[in-house]
Amino acid sequence: MIWTFLDTWIVIIGVLSAVACALLGNYLVLRKMSMMGDAISHTVLPGLVAAFLISGTRDVFPMFVGAVVIGVLTALLVQTISRIGNIEEGASMGVIFTSLFAVGLIMIRQTADDIDLDPSCVLYGAIEMAPLITVDFLGMELPRAAVSSGVMLLVNVLFILLFFKELKISSFDPALATTLGINSTLMHYLLMTLVAATTVAAFESVGSILVIAMLIVPAAAAHLLTDRLWLMILLSAVIAAASAITGHLAAIIVPGWFGLGDTSTAGMMATSAGLIFVGVFLAAPRYGFLSRVLSRARLSQRILREDVLAMLYRRAELDPDSGAATLAEIRRLLHENWRVGLAVKALSRKRMLARNDGGWQLSPAGEAEACNLVRSHRLWESWLVSELGLRPDHVHRTAERLEHVTDSSMQEELFKAAGSPDQDPHDRKIPGNL
Amino acid sequence: MSLTNTRPEATPLPLSQGEEHSESSPLSIHDMTIAYHRKPVLWDIDLDLPEHHLIGIIGPNGAGKSTLLKSVLGLIPRASGRVLVYGKPFDEQRHRVAYVPQRESVDWDFPVSALDVVLMGRYKRVGWCLPIGRTHKKIAMEALDKVGMADYARRQISQLSGGQQQRIFLARALAQDADLYLMDEPFAGVDAATEKAIIALLKDLKSSGKTVAVVHHDLQTVGSYFDTVILLNMRVVAYGPTAEVFTEENLNKTYGGKLTLLTDAAEALARNQASIHRETKSE
Repeated sequence: MIWTFLDTWIVIIGVLSAVACALLGNYLVLRKMSMMGDAISHTVLPGLVAAFLISGTRDVFPMFVGAVVIGVLTALLVQTISRIGNIEEGASMGVIFTSLFAVGLIMIRQTADDIDLDPSCVLYGAIEMAPLITVDFLGMELPRAAVSSGVMLLVNVLFILLFFKELKISSFDPALATTLGINSTLMHYLLMTLVAATTVAAFESVGSILVIAMLIVPAAAAHLLTDRLWLMILLSAVIAAASAITGHLAAIIVPGWFGLGDTSTAGMMATSAGLIFVGVFLAAPRYGFLSRVLSRARLSQRILREDVLAMLYRRAELDPDSGAATLAEIRRLLHENWRVGLAVKALSRKRMLARNDGGWQLSPAGEAEACNLVRSHRLWESWLVSELGLRPDHVHRTAERLEHVTDSSMQEELFKAAGSPDQDPHDRKIPGNL
Repeated sequence: MSLTNTRPEATPLPLSQGEEHSESSPLSIHDMTIAYHRKPVLWDIDLDLPEHHLIGIIGPNGAGKSTLLKSVLGLIPRASGRVLVYGKPFDEQRHRVAYVPQRESVDWDFPVSALDVVLMGRYKRVGWCLPIGRTHKKIAMEALDKVGMADYARRQISQLSGGQQQRIFLARALAQDADLYLMDEPFAGVDAATEKAIIALLKDLKSSGKTVAVVHHDLQTVGSYFDTVILLNMRVVAYGPTAEVFTEENLNKTYGGKLTLLTDAAEALARNQASIHRETKSE
């Protein structure tokens, strides 16, 4: 691998475009209009061609104006059609952006001779070439793509800093914003204008795939990581930058492993964002997949431990001379297998179970806990029968579930509501009555 | 269409219905008609809300109760008619009106804390582009304290129960420090304790000189909650002091044809006459 000044510029351009997109993406994701970024990044195509046909140049400014106009028009058309035609917004978006994009393609074809806009370049961009097209900026010769995406990044940062409150309220509760006199429609179209402008700035160098990915993926990943808006925005920027850097590294390193040449950097940057998202989705502390699976497993293990205690209590109640239960016996009685071993081990660590001639027995602490659970169970059974009028042989399963979530104040309430019973509907004593 | 505009503590309605139309009324609605997709949902609404009152807006599903509030606030365009807030157009009186939308109208997964939501009630006063000052934060905290949610200020809003979320919305309205409060079903899906806390708060607002209009569903509690009711079903069926207007006959007209609701209403009336302040069961 040889790192040249070209690679440095590719990474800089990638980071600037990615972060500029990601910042706005937060608001698209939170307003549940992520696909609007997708739509706008496609519809700018006819805008670019039209601007070229009218102005006859490929100068930045007319291109920019053409794209922004058509971008805002897209947002406007999507809303109008969905409102007037009573069509779902996603459908209306699908209609608008495919038609306009198609028009753009036809326009390119028809004018193919005198235009050097290449449809594939629009999709994949040409970030590898971007550092070579330079402009004079404040006396320095800088790549044009770096200047345009840098300016857009600055504009977006200022927009979010200045209108942080207004963006927040009009995204969260546009009705309240309107009644307060904060024009949420204005905020919406300002946001759409910036999305269009950012798209165009990033477009030529990084291509629309990367633009769409960066508008959605970093923000979606950041939302899984935090409950604070400012932190979400910050994290999305970090994720976007990380995707761009690792994307380019991967693009020049990974194909080498398979004996292939460099691959599309923009494609690799988007892939890298996708991988980061998967990582976050799996490992995010609260909303991640693993933490949910883990907390569910922990809960079911706690329920099993409680079931072991309650079962041993009932066993001793039926036959006071039954003595200690072996692990095999506990497994058989609970219709559970390997998890029981873990539960019993945990209970003995908590000193709720004690070893006694080859088996397990409730310790005094375990006995108290078990008594409490059985009390909850039987109170629920009594209440379900006396208050809801269920048949006594139908209440066991429900009580079995509810006993694990019943605290002492709920017990108290149940006890009163069920008429201070001494026995459950199956004529067994309710333990723990004073 | 004749409307029963019995205004409770009212000076008689002036015959000329011009600009001087009830200067002191928190909300006067005049010949207002609202249409969705050309189908009228509210017809010829004519109302003058009295000051310092707690007003219930009652009616079956689809009667246009929420629409009534939204059209007053300019969230839904009016086909015709005029709305005045304390004698002036709503645009000039925004700061005097607080709105509590239905709880389901927002995304509770939005990454903001309870305090953030309450602070939104202060945004207009803070001003465009400016950071939120300490006074505003103090006012928001006080509002949270009033609804018993001060301990939850830093909580993300999706971690709150339905009742707690409703309290946050209420705190936000309090933070707006308005004179007229319009609330869309603040009691929907809340627990008994929250309902009690909310109604106590609304009665406080009333006794401190505010006017509160509430879209309400539970006919059983109408008698004990509101001193004035608006019975609505695409038009104002009856309007006036609860004791006079909340009658079986008027309810029949409002809920006309809907048998189950009628039975409910009849039951509620019977119960109310037996004992108005009977506690509702918490189940």
